[in-house]
Amino acid sequence: MLQINNLHVALEDEGKQILKGVTLTVPAGQVHAIMGPNGSGKSTLSYVLSGRDGYEVTEGQATLEGHDLLEMEPEERAAAGLFLAFQYPVEIPGVGNMTFLRTAVNAQRKARGEEELSAGEFLKLVRERAKALDIDAEMLKRPVNVGFSGGEKKRNEILQMAMLEPRMCILDETDSGLDVDAMRLVAQGVNALRAPDRSFLVITHYQRLLDHIVPDVVHIMFDGRIVKSGGPELALEVEQNGYADILAEVADA
Amino acid sequence: MPEAALIQTPAVEGAPRPSPAAQQLQARLAATPRPRARATDAARTDALDRLSAQGLPGPRHEYWRYTDPAPFNAAAPDPVPLDAVTGDPTLFAGVDKLRLVFVDGRFDAAASDDLSLAGVEVAPLSQADAQADHWVGDAYGALEKQGQSPVSRPFAALNTAIATDGAVIRVTGQAAKPVQILYRRSDPAADVTIHHVLRLEPGADLTLLENGLVGARGNIVIEADLAAGAKLHHVAAHRAGVPRVSNIHLFGRVAEGASLKSFALSVDGRHLRTESVIELLGDDAVAHVACAMLGDGAAVHQDDTVFITHTGLRGESRQVFKKVLKNGATGVFQGKILVRPGAQKTDGYQISQALLLDENSQYLAKPELEIYADDVKCSHGSTTGALDETALFYLRSRGVPRERAVVLLVLSFLADALEEVEDEALRAEISDRLEEWLTARAKG
Ligand SMILES: Nc1ncnc2c1ncn2[C@@H]1O[C@H](COP(=O)(O)OP(=O)(O)OP(=O)(O)O)[C@@H](O)[C@H]1O
Ligand SMILES: [Mg+2]
Repeated sequence: MLQINNLHVALEDEGKQILKGVTLTVPAGQVHAIMGPNGSGKSTLSYVLSGRDGYEVTEGQATLEGHDLLEMEPEERAAAGLFLAFQYPVEIPGVGNMTFLRTAVNAQRKARGEEELSAGEFLKLVRERAKALDIDAEMLKRPVNVGFSGGEKKRNEILQMAMLEPRMCILDETDSGLDVDAMRLVAQGVNALRAPDRSFLVITHYQRLLDHIVPDVVHIMFDGRIVKSGGPELALEVEQNGYADILAEVADA
Repeated sequence: MPEAALIQTPAVEGAPRPSPAAQQLQARLAATPRPRARATDAARTDALDRLSAQGLPGPRHEYWRYTDPAPFNAAAPDPVPLDAVTGDPTLFAGVDKLRLVFVDGRFDAAASDDLSLAGVEVAPLSQADAQADHWVGDAYGALEKQGQSPVSRPFAALNTAIATDGAVIRVTGQAAKPVQILYRRSDPAADVTIHHVLRLEPGADLTLLENGLVGARGNIVIEADLAAGAKLHHVAAHRAGVPRVSNIHLFGRVAEGASLKSFALSVDGRHLRTESVIELLGDDAVAHVACAMLGDGAAVHQDDTVFITHTGLRGESRQVFKKVLKNGATGVFQGKILVRPGAQKTDGYQISQALLLDENSQYLAKPELEIYADDVKCSHGSTTGALDETALFYLRSRGVPRERAVVLLVLSFLADALEEVEDEALRAEISDRLEEWLTARAKG
């Protein structure tokens, strides 16, 4: 599904190298997790994959189902099936959540040559998916993320994901800021979407989320590289001992 | 001003020739003769005296620094082919209203609706003026005259002196439906001067819609006198288009507990200057002035000049001006709040913001507060910014194409101004129109 090969990325302005050779493959139907200390480059990776300005790819490739991601505009990547749940969801005053969702859903359908959803079909779908995430009608009416609590913003990201039904979902710290119940709702939302032709890349600091969304593979990122990969037990190890042991072990190798 | 002094110099035989400014005023007046009037005759003479004393403004006039008065000073406008501005303005088409049509500045009875409407007395100025004892004789030019101080507004005085027609509206109760003033053009060279007089009796309530294409050059004055508890909701759409020029004045006087709300949509105004001069005279009066402006192209120059005077107690005034500029367009905002001694508990608010979609466009803002009462709350803010790149990326990452995302963000920028349109259906119609325009212009 997602293939990242030796990806090097620098900041366009300062020329500072952030990613220093990331190699990672997420096969269809799998859930992979990325953990790693603050500033190791996890969000940068997710932004570069989704096409944010300000980064320069100096080396390497990234493909989604064989299509060169790095050549595409952000909206083309989305239409191709990529989705990023932002670590910090953006507030857009003046744009209603519903308008936003409907515009996004129909824009993607149009880009894929599918028929747009009618107002009625759309409404029915949103209501149903919002309910599952405990997002009430009033929240849907408000401007995108404006005045939402941290947890509400994260749930709103998952609602967008549920509506857009992407093939490759990247979740950047969607669990941070969530209370226990919200975490369960979000995990349920993600699990409901798990399918043989859909993959997830879950960035998190905490093992807790991975109790709910059980990953196939856990990667450890440090200083712009994936330094170790393993099974779910790797997340437990991080939870218990922090990164020191793993990093020491990698340094020795 | 030195020009004024020269004009007042009596023309003695053998005296030096009149100054260029005085000559310009004479040429301007000669080009548009004063119409025959009965009710308003004295008011027109008075206005002419005012104008002669003031003279036409030069670029050094304190409030004409950002906008060149020359196109308004010129004896005649450059003709503008009728098809230069395309698309008949169909705004407000879906609203049930009483329509008054003015073609090249003259009332067109055949194109207008029947003028009888519950709660409202409507007549064209040209007809009212023929009756020497019509009430408009006292109202005509009165607020304009008052609005000449402390800042002179020569084109408003000119308008009072020479206006050919307008709507004379007296509202006695709740108007059964909105009144629309629709402008049309038939002569490519039409130099249009229109003067509307509105009187809202105590507790009266009117929605006034105003749109259309005025002329090659347009000079419009609205005087709105609101008695206690009256409500006026004015929604205007100025599609100045290229390359016409327009100068618009709204003079308002708001009595106790009355409320005047004026919103203007302004699209591609080539040399459009709108002045709003409103006094909150009674206690607990309310005045809101708002504008959503879109300008595309170096020929576009749109100027909002606002002067709000708080005289009564607990007055609430609100100015919300939002301008979206691209491809070299210029936006101007000069907004003033004056709080008179004794106008305690005034709540004055002013925000003016520009969204520059490229680096060629410019926004010139001059907010002013002048406060002579100690227990007041007044705030003003002015910002100039570019599109929020983070929000743009967020939208695009959800699959919204860049052009569409820009439209959504521009609409979101304008939202606060649009909120000032109280009627939901009207607001939706304006928002749709904005969206159409933005979508059509999204490329390039
Ligand atoms: N636009 C930027 N300007 C300057 N530095 C940046 C920018 N973007 C990222 N960085 C730097 O790049 C490094 C990686 O940042 P990134 O946000 O990818 O880390 P992260 O792994 O997501 O961290 P966290 O776990 O705290 O979210 C950090 O040192 C950060 O300061
Ligand atoms: Mg991060």
